[in-house]
Amino acid sequence: MNDTLVWLAIAGLTAVTVLTRGFFLISDKPWPLPAWAREALKFAPLAALVAVIAPEVLMTQGELITTWRDPRWPAVLVASLYYFWRRGILGTMVVGMAVLLTLRLGLGW
Amino acid sequence: MNTLPRALWRHPEFQLGAREMAAPALGIAAWGLVTGVAMVKSGLSLAQALAMTLLVFAGSAQLAALPLLVAGAPLWVILATGFCVNLRFVIFSARWRGYFGHLPRVRRLAMLYAAGDLTFVNFVRRFPEAAPDERQLPYFWGALSVNWGAWQIASVAGILAAEQIPSHWGLGFAGVLALLGLSYSLATERAQWAVAAVAAGVALLTYGLPLKLYIVAAIVAACVTGHVLERARR
Repeated sequence: MNDTLVWLAIAGLTAVTVLTRGFFLISDKPWPLPAWAREALKFAPLAALVAVIAPEVLMTQGELITTWRDPRWPAVLVASLYYFWRRGILGTMVVGMAVLLTLRLGLGW
Repeated sequence: MNTLPRALWRHPEFQLGAREMAAPALGIAAWGLVTGVAMVKSGLSLAQALAMTLLVFAGSAQLAALPLLVAGAPLWVILATGFCVNLRFVIFSARWRGYFGHLPRVRRLAMLYAAGDLTFVNFVRRFPEAAPDERQLPYFWGALSVNWGAWQIASVAGILAAEQIPSHWGLGFAGVLALLGLSYSLATERAQWAVAAVAAGVALLTYGLPLKLYIVAAIVAACVTGHVLERARR
C-alpha cells in the first residue's frame, strides 16, 4: 500500500467528515430550505437506521437471501419479540446475539 | 444558552444523554471493533489505523476507503466516495441547524464533526422541536462522549488485537441489533411504520447503486412518504 496516499486519504477524509457533518452549518446566512422539506426531515433518523439495517439482515453480497438457514433472520425475529416485551435495547442486542451465535457456531448456519 | 455549565458531567441532562446512549453504544462498540480489525487486515500500519479511527471517525466511510486504498485508487476517488457515503450527515446537518445554528461557526462545526448517527438519533428523540433550549448542550455532550468513547475504545482494541479476533463469528451484527432496538424506540406513530417500510424497501431495491447511495435514496423516499402521510391526516 502506498504510504503517502494513505496519509493524504486520512487527512482528506477527516476534512470530508467535518464538511458533511456540518454542511448546513457552514454558512451564517439564513437558510433557504422550504418549510415542507424541514418538516419532512423529522423522518430522517428512522429512515437512515432502517436503510442501514435492512440490507444487513436480508442480503448476502448484494443479493436477497434465498435460504432460511441464515442465522440473521431468527436473531432479528427473537430480538424484536424481546424488544416489544421488555423495551430494552441492551437486552435486544444480547438476546439477538445469543440466537445468532448459537445457530452459527452450534448448528453451523 | 451559549455557555456550558461548569462541571458539565454532573449536569442531569449530561447524565441522561450518557445513560440513553449506553445500550446502543455497546452495539456501536461491536462495529468499532470490527472496523478496527478490518483496517489492520487490509494492510494499514498501526499508526495509520490509529490515525484513521481517531481523526476520520466515520465508520462506513473508513470501510469504503479501505479497498480503494488497497487498489491504489486516485485520491479524489477516495474522497468522493467518502463524501457520498457520508451524504446522510449532510441531511442530518440541515436539522442540526435548527438547534445549533446560533452558535459561533467554529464551535458548531467542531461539535458536529464528532456527532455520528447515534448522537443525532438520540438527540432528536429527546428534543423533537428543532429550536434552541438550554438543556440541549449538556445532553449533546453526554450522548456524544459515550458514543465517541465506545467507538474509539473498541476500534483501538480491534486494531491492537486484530489477529486474535475471529471474524466469522459475526460480532458486528450486534451493531445491527442495537440499531434495530433504536428504530423500534423511534417508531411510536403509525406514520413512522410506513416510513420504515418504505426505507427498507427502497434500500433493498436500490442496493446496487454505487457509493452506498441506497442509504440516501431510502432517506429521501421515506421522508417524502412520511410528509405526505402527515399532510393527508391533517
